[in-house]
Amino acid sequence: MVELNNIRKTYNKGSVLAVDSVSFSVSEGELFGLIGPDGAGKSSIFRILATLLLADSGTASVNGWDVVNDYHKIRNNIGYMPGRFSLYQDLSVEENLEFFATLFGTKIQENYHLVKDIYVQLEPFKDRRAGKLSGGMKQKLALCCALIHKPVVLFLDEPTTGVDPVSRKEFWNMLKRLKEQGITIVVSTPYMDEANLCDRIALMQNGKIMSVESPENIIKDYKNELWAVASPSMHTLLSDLRQFELTESCYAFGDSLHLSFKTKNENNRTETLQYLESRNQREVEMKKINPGIEDCFISLMQQ
Amino acid sequence: MKQFIVFIKKEFAHVLRDRRTLLILFGLPVVQILVFGFALTNEVKNSRIVICDYANDESSHAIIRKIEASEYFDTEKITLSYSDIEKSFKEGKIKAAIIFPLNFDNDLQHLNKAQIQIISDASDPNTGNTINNYLSTIIADYQRQMMDNIKIPLRVTTEIRMLYNPQLKAAHNFVPGVMALVLMLVCVMMTSISIVREKEMGTMEVLLVSPYRPILVILSKAVPYLLLSLVNVATILLLSVFVLDLPIVGSVWLLFLESILFIITSLSLGLLISIRAKTQQEAMLISMMGMMLPTLIFSGFMFPVENFPLPLQIISNIVPARWFYIIVKTVMVKGLGFSAIWKETLILTGITFFLLAVSLKNFKKRLE
Repeated sequence: MVELNNIRKTYNKGSVLAVDSVSFSVSEGELFGLIGPDGAGKSSIFRILATLLLADSGTASVNGWDVVNDYHKIRNNIGYMPGRFSLYQDLSVEENLEFFATLFGTKIQENYHLVKDIYVQLEPFKDRRAGKLSGGMKQKLALCCALIHKPVVLFLDEPTTGVDPVSRKEFWNMLKRLKEQGITIVVSTPYMDEANLCDRIALMQNGKIMSVESPENIIKDYKNELWAVASPSMHTLLSDLRQFELTESCYAFGDSLHLSFKTKNENNRTETLQYLESRNQREVEMKKINPGIEDCFISLMQQ
Repeated sequence: MKQFIVFIKKEFAHVLRDRRTLLILFGLPVVQILVFGFALTNEVKNSRIVICDYANDESSHAIIRKIEASEYFDTEKITLSYSDIEKSFKEGKIKAAIIFPLNFDNDLQHLNKAQIQIISDASDPNTGNTINNYLSTIIADYQRQMMDNIKIPLRVTTEIRMLYNPQLKAAHNFVPGVMALVLMLVCVMMTSISIVREKEMGTMEVLLVSPYRPILVILSKAVPYLLLSLVNVATILLLSVFVLDLPIVGSVWLLFLESILFIITSLSLGLLISIRAKTQQEAMLISMMGMMLPTLIFSGFMFPVENFPLPLQIISNIVPARWFYIIVKTVMVKGLGFSAIWKETLILTGITFFLLAVSLKNFKKRLE
């Protein structure tokens, strides 16, 4: 459905490399996630796929249409939601939806079944101006507007950034339902916890893709053992563990530290506890845990 | 077509819902006409003058009555010493003083020659000069009346007719100028800002990724501003006819057609700016500095183009407002038809096509 081959994109006459030979493909009906921190190059990829930017080199296609030559066909058939709220703030909810429906040559009634779940929540505010909506509501409206013409592919650039946790959850539930209706969705997010909700994800860093896999496989590929360590004095604990000779990496994660070792060894745990005792750390808790996407991301980043 | 209509409806909503835009759009022409009409005028009206009538005889009274009848002066009759007159000048109370010497009528009747002294405040040389001219004219007029009674064999009198503007009203000059200025501001600034706003707000991205052709985006921006500008033209004309007493001598339809042409010129200029500018401020600055100043300076509305040094005269040729100014003046004030302005119309059309061609060539169907 979506294909990228060695896409490279630079800004400011080549001085800033945004996307560095990126290749991946998304199959029909898939919910595909681009995961990475700000500045990883996610938005540039979206804009190239939405025919808004030209890549320096490489080819890309959407539904078999080339992003350069068949740009008009792509524009007719995809839904694109930019990273920033991009609707008319001075038009009401209903006016925005009607405007975009007409722009795509359709009517709200025609594809109402697609947006129904989302629009029901917006309906009480339909006369309110879009600029006066809450962050979550804005994104729901933007999603409605991107969906109203029944696109074959939906490109959502960071749809949940700046949205409260409850609305984020709701938003992802909507994406799941849309996927069930057969719409291919490419979504980007800086939140690692949302990665598990995708069928497959591409982990991105500095314009490069580090891995394209299903979230389960990415976790499976994590070779090391991972330990959660906690003590009343977290700050000194972190610096102590970073100085420890067996430590490969150690970073704060929530209310504990995530620790991995250079080698797999039965005695790792006891040696660590002995070492920490020698550094005057009291009441140390240490247990083995399963890695999450973020742990995988950090370990990939360090490679 | 349906998309086009919806788009235009949306544009109108943007304008009508933003109080600031509305104010600029419809307040600006009214304010400008009123400011130019009543405040920024170089006509001298109601200047305070004093008359010292030492003569107090038939002739001096006759002249004073004539001066008092004129709307240009607020007269005050006093018999003061010279030092008091000087004091009044220094305090800025009066613009001029007229002094009739003793035996004024007597001298006039018997010596065939008499003197009147006019003292005027020349700290503003233009006003001083104008007042002098007005007074001299009134006195000369009286003199002519007197001479009609006496037979003098040979006499040359100049009869001056001020064509098209016999009362030398400033409105004849500035109404066409304000029209050019307002249309330029509204069309260039408003269109460029409204297009750049779509870029700045990110809505341009969404519009581009839709079946709606980018060129239609531009067109549907132009139509509402064309209509709104025509409302402005109508407002200015109504104000000038009913408030400033300046009639439209020529054809109103021709005036509107030429205005539409100039509006299109301005719209294409606004389009060109919107393609270059990245932010609304940038668009506003370019339109203000790049459009308003040249319109004020080079259109001939403030300063006559003929007085410019040659290089500036050449530059003034590419300022669209200059040609529109001539057109409006010709049609509105002189009442001439299309045959008198075909050359200016042709130049304006040429400029429009050039601007449109350049902006269409630079128009981007993508973000960069």
